[in-house]
Amino acid sequence: MQPDSSTGLNGKGQDLKIVSLISIGQHPASGRARRAEQDGRAVELGMTLAASSSTQNLTVLHAGDSQQAALRSYAGMGLESVRVLQLRESADAVKTLSEYLHKHAPDIILTGVRAESGESSGMMPYLLGESLGWPVVSRIADIVSIKEGVAEILQALPRGQRRALTVRLPFIASVDNAAPEPRQSAFGPANRAFMEQQQCHSEPDTARNGWSIVSARKRPKRLKIVKAKTAADRFKAATAKPQGAGGKIMKNQPAAEQAQAIFDLLLEEGVLR
Amino acid sequence: MSDDHYSEILRRDPRAERIARNRLHALHVAVSVGGQATEVRGPSGLLRKNPHTVGFTGPNGIKRIDRLKGNAVAIKNGRRNAPGSQEALLPLHVIAEPAFTIVVVPDMVGGRLTAHDKDVLGQAHKLARAIEADSNETGVVMVVAFGVCKEENFDKAGVDRLLLLDSAEYEGYCPEQQIAALAQVEVRFKPKYWLFPDSVHGGTDLGSRLAARLGERPVAQAWQVDTKISICRGAGGSVDITRATPRLLMLAEECANPIDESRHEVLPVAWESIPVVSPQLLDKGQVAVDPNAIPLAEAEFILSAGNGINNWDQFHTIAAALGATEGASRVAVDDGYMPRFRQVGASGTWVTARVYLAVGISGAIQHMQGIGQCDKVVTINTDAGCDMVKRADLSVIGDSETVLGELLSLIEMFRQQPHQSQNSVSNSVKNAVENGAKEGAENAA
Repeated sequence: MQPDSSTGLNGKGQDLKIVSLISIGQHPASGRARRAEQDGRAVELGMTLAASSSTQNLTVLHAGDSQQAALRSYAGMGLESVRVLQLRESADAVKTLSEYLHKHAPDIILTGVRAESGESSGMMPYLLGESLGWPVVSRIADIVSIKEGVAEILQALPRGQRRALTVRLPFIASVDNAAPEPRQSAFGPANRAFMEQQQCHSEPDTARNGWSIVSARKRPKRLKIVKAKTAADRFKAATAKPQGAGGKIMKNQPAAEQAQAIFDLLLEEGVLR
Repeated sequence: MSDDHYSEILRRDPRAERIARNRLHALHVAVSVGGQATEVRGPSGLLRKNPHTVGFTGPNGIKRIDRLKGNAVAIKNGRRNAPGSQEALLPLHVIAEPAFTIVVVPDMVGGRLTAHDKDVLGQAHKLARAIEADSNETGVVMVVAFGVCKEENFDKAGVDRLLLLDSAEYEGYCPEQQIAALAQVEVRFKPKYWLFPDSVHGGTDLGSRLAARLGERPVAQAWQVDTKISICRGAGGSVDITRATPRLLMLAEECANPIDESRHEVLPVAWESIPVVSPQLLDKGQVAVDPNAIPLAEAEFILSAGNGINNWDQFHTIAAALGATEGASRVAVDDGYMPRFRQVGASGTWVTARVYLAVGISGAIQHMQGIGQCDKVVTINTDAGCDMVKRADLSVIGDSETVLGELLSLIEMFRQQPHQSQNSVSNSVKNAVENGAKEGAENAA
């Protein structure tokens, strides 16, 4: 979606520095490395923002192994380069990233909500926010406008709802699945893109040493426990239809009164906005 | 053979048996098998019941034997109590001087505890019992609830202490203020554990923020937790990570069973003032979205049409006016009035709406299955005896067209009144949402 020019993102003399953080995704069925769903959306949102601002100033940043083929699928979205902070697999990416971001001081950092590989605790944006001292906006669906250093953001809520937020730059945002889908990745540009490697000193993540990681077990289904003490109660629990405990029935009232009752209930439940 | 084995052998006492048989014997009452005992071990080892000692005299003076083990409706003075007499009071779980605190921060969607919240509370009590068994210290489960609270059954959900923060600064989306409050809780109570539901309703957000603030490394999507080890999902749900239990946990759904066999005190926690932070994130309120762009399965408010609808234009108008997602019964879809993807029920979509307004739907069993998870069901119907009326919380018996017409005029009156949530959102946001909704609808089609 293109923001309209009147409220658009390109305020005069505004050069936004945007960083989209990407990770290696994992296909849920095959387990193959791929472009992560939410990170792809973060890149897409970053590209949309950069395209509407005067200078193309989007950095797509990955901390990890630059040889990963899946990084090329991000580059195939039309990026000239992907910057990679070279880290060992056991390294903790947060510290390296926060040092890099502190040095380069972008205006907006976009990430996914949760990685598709590794611990996938979803803590990355919060840890970066804490170490940089920036506000964190979780689960955004869109950035509507940026005016005078204040961004107007749509946050995705459950049940397809949206909330409007404003936040002053700079900030970190995690991008929800409700954001616009990432564009297609093309093979040629993906191969031509340049991988800017940057050697970083890294500290190993020692806390993970004690963990044991196995493929996910199926979770036991919760049993319906019937606590009836007698046969009669058990029979009732097994056969009785669950019924709304005697709803209110309005039979002979005039239609206006009936409609008023429905209206009051809707208002009380807060579904009329 | 061991002594134990001998003790298991039933030994007959022929003398006692003889006295028990002879009702004229001087010792009969004392020794008798039928004394006062209802059940005695017979000579062959079988349990024997003495029917003369059980039962009571019924209302007509006839002796009755109660085979419901005292669970039948209590009878006093030959009169039955009114059906549905009050339920038995669960035992109250009292802890006067807690040695430790476990803090739970529930989602409280719509001001009430969700099923997920109750699971997390159950997990909190499981952890408290485990610590009790290890160290003989008793602790309490404290709930920190933000914003408007409509919950009435905190005691049955397992809340020992309640810190309710409902002043004006906690209204709407205010994670920074909430974290400031939780940081104060951390300083004052030093909780043994922090538990959050790992949910999209805000539990994950708040838990992650607090973990970053406290410098804890939390578990996310934890589904099996004890005091030493927790198992959580990692790598997008494809692996299980087993690790030592940290202080801050974000728990998956159904991590533990909710509390159901005790009541709890729900003592309010006295609280001095919490500093009001100046937030960097400003909540501008919820934005109106096109209700028909929301997938039916996750829509919050559904207006559903069935065979009883004649005026379809009116139905679409009122759905738009209410801001409700449209649904339909199978008949309406088969007759071609609504598209197939709007069908609610077993062969259509299983909906989870909070409020379901059914117009002209009698409630076939397939349809009732589809709305099983709905909270409030309202129906407009001509037949007072149909299944939908039995299920509904509010049933209106009458002609749907007239009632809907009246409802429409009420809504139009309501919309004309200026109210708060509409004017706070700028036009650009509305445009963006409308565009997004259109795209969503195109994708769906």
